[in-house]
Amino acid sequence: MDWLKIFSAILIVGWIIFLWPRAKHWLNNSPKAQQGDWMAAILPLAAVVGFVALLIMMV
Amino acid sequence: MNRLDFTATQSVGSALSTNALIKNTYMLLSATLIWSALMAVISMAIAPPPMISLGTSLGAMVILMFVLPRYANSAAGLWVVFGVTGLFGFGLGPTLNYYIALSNGGQIVATAFGGTGIIFLGLSGYALSTKRDFSFMGGFIFAGMMVVMLASLAGLFLDIPGLQLAISAAVILLMSGYILFETSQMVNGAETNYIMATISLYLAILNIFTSLLHLLGALSGED
Repeated sequence: MDWLKIFSAILIVGWIIFLWPRAKHWLNNSPKAQQGDWMAAILPLAAVVGFVALLIMMV
Repeated sequence: MNRLDFTATQSVGSALSTNALIKNTYMLLSATLIWSALMAVISMAIAPPPMISLGTSLGAMVILMFVLPRYANSAAGLWVVFGVTGLFGFGLGPTLNYYIALSNGGQIVATAFGGTGIIFLGLSGYALSTKRDFSFMGGFIFAGMMVVMLASLAGLFLDIPGLQLAISAAVILLMSGYILFETSQMVNGAETNYIMATISLYLAILNIFTSLLHLLGALSGED
């Protein structure tokens, strides 16, 4: 077994342990989205997708 | 003082503290990004083996988990933030050396760097100007992060074609959402500690940069 893979796996498991309490908190306590909230979030995220596609075409 | 005056004074005070939080966060974020870039340049010059790079990232994560929460409310927290971001920057060196060695490596690194800056400034500007509360995205973002982590773990041991690219694309989307989420937390008063806000935004920027680097490197046909 490659030591680099084992070390990477330890790092990822560490991040999972680090994120788990916050993930649990937000999964249980996230406020419900109001009308138009998701649209307000999806629009800039779609712009990011378009921008990344543009960058990929540039290189 | 009547109730109307009291409410107005209260909201002015709240706006002032929010502005101070945002100003302090962006100043510290700028300083840590410059510091991190400096450490990455040093690491590129030294060219440590990938194991050292992983070791520094692991060290940064341990400090982030066990040391930073204890010092986040004191001035010592600033040193901890510089320690963490310096280690993450140093850990980036071997990755940057790998991409720089490609035939169009300089262009890939510069594009990833500039692209990350534009994404961060655009999303932060949007969240600051709309002042909308994006906290409804919290559950979605953190669940997405857990799925990405588990997929990354599986990708280490299973040879699934395209998985790493899909993970990089997902990380860019999730971290972009996280920038909206964290910025709105600051604007709406849910995040009051500029040290924690800085480290959260720093990690989002770092993840966007490394994922963009991976996507650009792979899809330019050189990876």
